[in-house]
Formats: sequence, C-alpha cells, structure tokens
Amino acid sequence: MEPTNDQDPNYFHKVVDCQWACPAHTNVPGYLRLIAQGRFDDAYMLNRESNVFPGILGRTCDRPCEPACRRDRVDGSPVAICRLKRVAADLKGDTSDRLPTIPTEKNGKRVACIGAGPASLTVANDLLPMGYSVTMFEQYDRPGGLMRTNIPEFRLPDKVLDDETTVILDMGVDIRYNSPISSLRALLDEGFDSVFVGVGAPRGKELDIPGRHDGVESHIFIGIDWLESVAFGHVTEIGQRVLIIGVGNTAMDCCRSSRRLGGREIKVMARRPREFFKASPWELDDAEEEGVEIVVNHAPKRFVLENGALVGMEFDVLEWDEGARHSTTVGTVIIPCDDVILAIGQENSFPWIERDLGVEFGEWDMPVVDQVTHQSSLPGLFFGGDAAWGPKNIIWAVAHGHAAAISIHNHCTGTDLRERPPMGMTLISQKMGMSEWSYHNDYNPTTRQKMSHIELTRRFESLELEVELGFSAEQTAREVQRCLNCDVQTAFQAPLCIECDACIDICPVQCLTITSNGSEAALRGRLSAPSLNLDQALFVSDALPQTGRVMVKDENVCVHCGLCAERCPTAAWDMELFDLQIPYAQSANFIRIPVRASSGADSRR
Amino acid sequence: MPSITKPLIPLAPLPKNDLGLTIRDYEGAMSTLCAGCGHDSVTAAIVHAFWELSTPPHMIAKLSGIGCSSKTPTYFVRGAHGFNSAHGRMVPIATGANAANRELTYIGISGDGDSLSIGLGHLMHGIRRNVKMVYVIENNGVYGLTKGQMSASADIGSRPKKGEANLLAPIDPITLGLSLGATFLARSFSGDKEQLIPILKAAVAHNGFAIIDVISPCVTFNDHEGSTKSYKFMREHEVKEVQTDFVPVRAEIRAKIPVDGATEVTMHDGSVVRFRSVPEGYDPHDRLKVETYIRDRHDRGEIVTGLLYVDETARDIHALNETPANGLNKVPFDKLCPGGVELAEMQKAFR
Repeated sequence: MEPTNDQDPNYFHKVVDCQWACPAHTNVPGYLRLIAQGRFDDAYMLNRESNVFPGILGRTCDRPCEPACRRDRVDGSPVAICRLKRVAADLKGDTSDRLPTIPTEKNGKRVACIGAGPASLTVANDLLPMGYSVTMFEQYDRPGGLMRTNIPEFRLPDKVLDDETTVILDMGVDIRYNSPISSLRALLDEGFDSVFVGVGAPRGKELDIPGRHDGVESHIFIGIDWLESVAFGHVTEIGQRVLIIGVGNTAMDCCRSSRRLGGREIKVMARRPREFFKASPWELDDAEEEGVEIVVNHAPKRFVLENGALVGMEFDVLEWDEGARHSTTVGTVIIPCDDVILAIGQENSFPWIERDLGVEFGEWDMPVVDQVTHQSSLPGLFFGGDAAWGPKNIIWAVAHGHAAAISIHNHCTGTDLRERPPMGMTLISQKMGMSEWSYHNDYNPTTRQKMSHIELTRRFESLELEVELGFSAEQTAREVQRCLNCDVQTAFQAPLCIECDACIDICPVQCLTITSNGSEAALRGRLSAPSLNLDQALFVSDALPQTGRVMVKDENVCVHCGLCAERCPTAAWDMELFDLQIPYAQSANFIRIPVRASSGADSRR
Repeated sequence: MPSITKPLIPLAPLPKNDLGLTIRDYEGAMSTLCAGCGHDSVTAAIVHAFWELSTPPHMIAKLSGIGCSSKTPTYFVRGAHGFNSAHGRMVPIATGANAANRELTYIGISGDGDSLSIGLGHLMHGIRRNVKMVYVIENNGVYGLTKGQMSASADIGSRPKKGEANLLAPIDPITLGLSLGATFLARSFSGDKEQLIPILKAAVAHNGFAIIDVISPCVTFNDHEGSTKSYKFMREHEVKEVQTDFVPVRAEIRAKIPVDGATEVTMHDGSVVRFRSVPEGYDPHDRLKVETYIRDRHDRGEIVTGLLYVDETARDIHALNETPANGLNKVPFDKLCPGGVELAEMQKAFR
C-alpha cells in the first residue's frame, strides 16, 4: 500500500468517528474534555461553533455520532454524547459576551430566509457577523420551525428553544412573524441579493383508505399538523383510545402527547417488524415506558364507522419474509378506537413557487438542488434543511445552513460557488514530560450512565413537564471518562523508528504490526489482531529505516491510550491533538468583502 | 511508564489456548525498564511461547539474579512462582528448586553481567550439571543499571556512549557452552520474535540446561553508532542461516509436514525441532563444527543466530543422580529423611 497521507485532514478526521458521522462535524471529544474539566461555557461555545443549538440538540438530536462511537465497538455501548451536550447547555453561565460582534454598519447585501427553523437560523447566525442584512419570514408568531411545532414540550422545553433562537434573532435578524410566503415571485421582486428556503417538509402524508372522508374527519388527524395544534394550544384533549398509524419519531411524539392529553389506551400500529422501525430505539423505549403499546405487522385497511361515528380501524395482519421485503396477509382484525393519528411520513410542498421563475423541479415535484452548493437552478436561490431533499433531522438542517451561508457569501461576492474553503487541521503534541500527557489517557471501564426520568406518577400532569432530568454531576463525571479521546491521534514518523517492537508489545489491543508492505488485503491478513472492520482505515507508514518494512496500524481497534507513544524510545510515535478547522462563511481567512465600517467591524468568532 | 497500566479492554474475544487462557493471562506487571528496551520484547516473546505451549502458569518457576534483565520475570506470567536471587546466584537457587520439584518448568532470566561476570562460575556448573531449565541471557554488552559501563560480552573495539573503546576480548556464552558440554545452545535477537519464540519453545521442551543468548539492545546506553549490540548493528550483521521450527507433539500427530532433507531432533517429550535451513555441511550435533562455524562467522563480522547446537541424548541432573520420577518434594518425609539410625547404617558402608 501507499504510505498514508496523514497531512490530509480527512485521514485523522475519519479516525474521530463521532465527528466524522456528525453532519455538522461537531468536535465531540473536545467538548467532552471541557465538560470533564467543568468548563461548561467553553464546552457550550465549542459546540455552538458547529451545531449552533447545543441545548436543543442535547435533547432532540438523532445522534448519528453515537452508533459511530468507538466506545460502542469496545464495550457495546457508545458514550452518551447527546446527554453530555445537554449538560454543557444546562450548566453554562452567561455566554453572551462570547458571541460574535455584529457590525453596526452593514455590507449592503440583503438576504431573505423563508422559515425560521434551524436551517434559516444557521444561515442568519453565519451571515450576520459579516455585515449581511437578514430578513426572515415566518408563518407563525414564534421562531423555531418544526423544532417548535413538531417536538412536544415534554421533550424540548420552550425556554431552551426560546433561548437559543433568541440569541440569533438578537444578532439583528429582521424577523417578520405571521408572514407566510405565498409567492416567490413577489419576494424576488423585493430585490434581495439572495434567498434561502428553509421551510421544512411541512405536509404530512395522507392515508386514503375507505372511511377517511366519510364524515369522521374530526377524529382523524395528520400527525405533524396535530402536533402543531398541540404546540400552539389549539388541541388540548383526545379520546381515550388512540391509534397512531406509523412508527417513526413523529409517531412517538404523537403517542406520548396523546398520553398527556387524556389518551389511556394508545396503540402504535406498525406495518413491519420492530427491527425495521424508523423511530430511534430510545424513543421507542420512552414511549413503551409510558404504557404505549407498539403493535407490529398490521397494515391499515379501512376506518370502521358505525352510525356515522368512528369506532375502530380494520387492519390486515401480515407475515413478512426474511428482510421484510414481501408480506402475505394472514387475516384481518378490527381494533376499536376513538381517534386516529396518521404519522406515516412528511412531504415537501412548494405551492408558492411559481413554476415559470426558472426553478427546475425534478422527481417527486422537488426542486433540483446542488448537493454541495445548495443552489437551485435559479442563481441566488438556495435550499436547506428538510426543504432541500426531504425530511432529515435538525443537525442536518444546521449543516445545510452552514454550507448554504458559504454559497450565499460566494454568490454575493461574485465568487464561483464551487470555490469553497477547504477543511484544515492542527496537530499538537500532547506530551508534557516523562509519562505525562495533557489528556486523561487511562481506559476507564465504567458502563454507560442511564438517564433518569421524572417518575411516571407525575409525568402526565402537564404537557410541559420535561421527562428527561439530565445527568447528575456524578453521572456526568463518570460518563465523560468513557470517551476514548479519538481526537488525540497516534502520529507516526517512520524515519525515527528503530523497530524495537516496544509499541507492538505494549499495545493493549494489538492494533500495531511491523511487516513487509503489500496490498491492503495482504496487510490486513498479517495484522497482529484480526482485521474485523473494513470500513476503518489502515495506517501504513513510509518504509522503516532499518529493515524497509512498514508500520501498520488498524484504526478500528486503537483506543488512543497512548501506550505506544509512552513506550517509544525515539518519539517516532507521538500523541497529537487533532483539531479540525471547519470553514464557515465568517471564517476570518474567507472574508472577501471588506466591511465598510471602520469600528465595530470585528467579525471574529 | 509506571504511570500507565496496560488496560484490559474487552474489544474482541481473545483467542484461548488449550487451558482456556488468553495471552493476557500470561502477562505480568507493567515494565519499568526504559522505553524501547530489548528486554521488553524478550518478555513479550516469553509470554507468547508459554501461552502457545499452554503451560499452566502455576507450573512455571521464574528465577533471576540482579540487573535490568533480572527485573523481567516480574513482567511475564503473573501466576507463576518466582525467585529473585542475589547477584549471579540464580543458578544454584534454580538447581536446588529443580532438585526438589522437577515437575515445574524453570525459566531463568539473566544478563551479560549477571551471567558472564559475577555469576560465571555458577553458570558453568549449571551447564555441567545439565539442570533442566531455560536459561535466557539478555545480552546487551553493557551494565545498564550502573549507567553504561562495558560488560564482559562487549566486543573489542565497541564504544560505550562515553569514554574509550573496549580493549578486552568478549566472553561468548555460546562458544563457552560448547567447550563446557552444554546441551542446548541458541542465539537470537530481541527484535526478531519470529525466530525467538520457536527457540524458546524448543528450550522448554529440552531435557537439560538450555541456553538462549538473546542480543537485547540497551536503548539508553548501547544503541549508538560504534556499538556492536545496537538494533541497527544487529539488523546489519545478523546471519540467520540456521532456521528452526518447533513442532509440538500434537501437531505432529495431526499432519505430517514434508521434510526436505532437513535435520530433525526429537525432544524428550516427543516434540520435534526441525532445522528448516542450515548452511551446507552444518550439523547441530557436532560440537567442533558448530564452534568452527561460529568463530569463522564472527571473524567475518557476522553474528550467527538460531538454534546452533542441541544434544538431546545427554542426561539431566535427575537422570545423573537417579532421583525419583515425581520430585523429591513428593517423597514422604520419613523416607526422604530416614533418621539417625539409617544414616549411621549408611555411613558404615563408607568406613
């Protein structure tokens, strides 16, 4: 194999599994260490740099980082990254003085954001410190978008949402509440330099089966619309027996909200077996803890009406083949109910975009959006969040917002949208002296801490009562020590190696091998520990000076304990802190417009 | 190094040997030797060898004298018996232990100072008595523990880190052993576990005093230009013409490996040491030829490694003394020490 190029930021970035998996590439090990040190303000601000909403995401994130976590490969459960993020947000002090300064004089460029959800807010967060004027159009009277309307308060308290959205709005967003956009043409006529569409995927899917439109519509709800009505207080009660159709995360929010609005016998009806559910496992657990029954292998057939009233639903009972691709109906069953909530998916809907504006629409009547630049076929019109490619989750919307902000900046400065600032990195040795490293490198066998919930006897008192209590100080202290510090990288310099085998002998997971070079398959076959994960890279050094063999490291099994560097007599191995430099629109080295004002023009973060 | 312990990480199930033990069960305490010390690699090779042989840890006795090398028994097989003797006095202790309990596997770890200077007299008697044990000399040509003076194995002209080049002729434990009638003589290099591990296994199987002279560089005091026992010097001057495989008893039953005219030595437990490649005309049973070969090579500036000499026919200390098969410690006390009356009776025979 060719020697690994560890000067490419992507190599070490991929080793930090959580950061690599996170769409916004949040520096997880970095902020976990800050939490461990009790530096909650610093942890929060480090988080905010990339994911903008640590408090919100610390409660609601879909956590792509956790299944990727190295700790999961070591002892079967990942570090509770999301919960620790919340700790930083809950315990931080006042960080307002650390927010970017907003220039008092603007750069003269005006950007319109449609929708006040996470994508639009991220765009505003990135562009306002650069002197842009941002006008935001929101159909309701409060900001947050689907974070407000679709996530119940018992999961995300209004205060947390208000705090983090206000911070951005207070940077000087010209927010226009109660202003749904009904015509893109009219908006474009207002002469904005750029328009960002962050309207989410606001339409819940319909279930057109017999009985749907036979006069019982007042007992059949579309999931996301119903959650919205609950969020705004328009719906305050529901029948005793509720059926939720669908088993995604919206369904989980619907069933748990129903439980708080008077539902007693709540069933979530799933077409497929449990291992194929879309809902996050922890949300399923939380729903079941609250007495919600999850029924598998039932496909809705019709609504059952008696004397003009909804009395139940009929289902086909299915049997699936392996892999749940094909099903056969083995019977039918009628399940009585008072109300039905349909939570079978969301769709995008752009009735307000005139089709003669030059915005190309493709499959599923979705606008054609560039995966990198977020631009539509109409120059200057950008899409992000669920509006771009359909429903994802908040952290994706944030990542889209950052990327779109760079594009908007390029667009406004006449730069090619594809000319994007590259990822950078810094690598700094962590050796402090003999046997001293600036990070906590001993392996801690503690198991994953369990989140405590408010007791079931109190939980349904009100819709606003937050269920998760957050980690205690003790739990936090234990959980942060589970992090393996994947960002403290094993950096190797072949010219220094004397092939004494010290690193190989000491490695607790046998991830190192000195062997003659060969193809990747050949090297994988010669590793000290069997190569079990082909998704993880092999580090291959330059030829070693004494024998011409190569040092090979299987990144899959390394636990970053630093014993190789500790035992290395020549410092060929070193533990070096990797810090990914993620470019944002306002990154200092990327500002091309001189801000006109001479004072207050500081756009550093 | 003492600040960090090697953690036990449940990453993937580790392979187990016949006793159901993993290789981690054959490790010892964390080494406090210098980072990069050759001795730590020897330790790792010993851990591998015992694990692969499935030797029960409690059936191993590890002994040493004084020196950096003599610290190493602490770092392998934590479940074994151990004795750290006075400087150079490991052989007599091992001889006594072996006399009392011949059922244990004895492994002594010594260095060039402990074996070739202060303990040389004892070493020679160990060879002479053919005590069944593995005797590893971690040979780095330098007194590391006393800050780097040249030892008795330092080559003429080799330079210490500071000071003058060595003028005294070295003592080579292999040629010494040949002249004293040693029955198992091997040389290896700490940086070459592929060679060292099979030699260690063969030594464990050997029915007598098995000397393994391991060039084990001192990374702190003898790994510089001008040293003849550095990693670099060894990599440039090591000659591995004598290559051996160790074939345990069970493997031999399972599959017959074709033999290409190579010499085979059957050890007393039935296992086989197979000489995979030897120089033309080389006979590992011929003391004189082996010595000539080693000296010739040495004169050409080459260091010959491998299992160089083996004599499996020689009798060990117990055979020579006709001691009971299962060890003196199993003999009932009244039989082992029959009392004054019996002693007087026996002494009459010598009057």
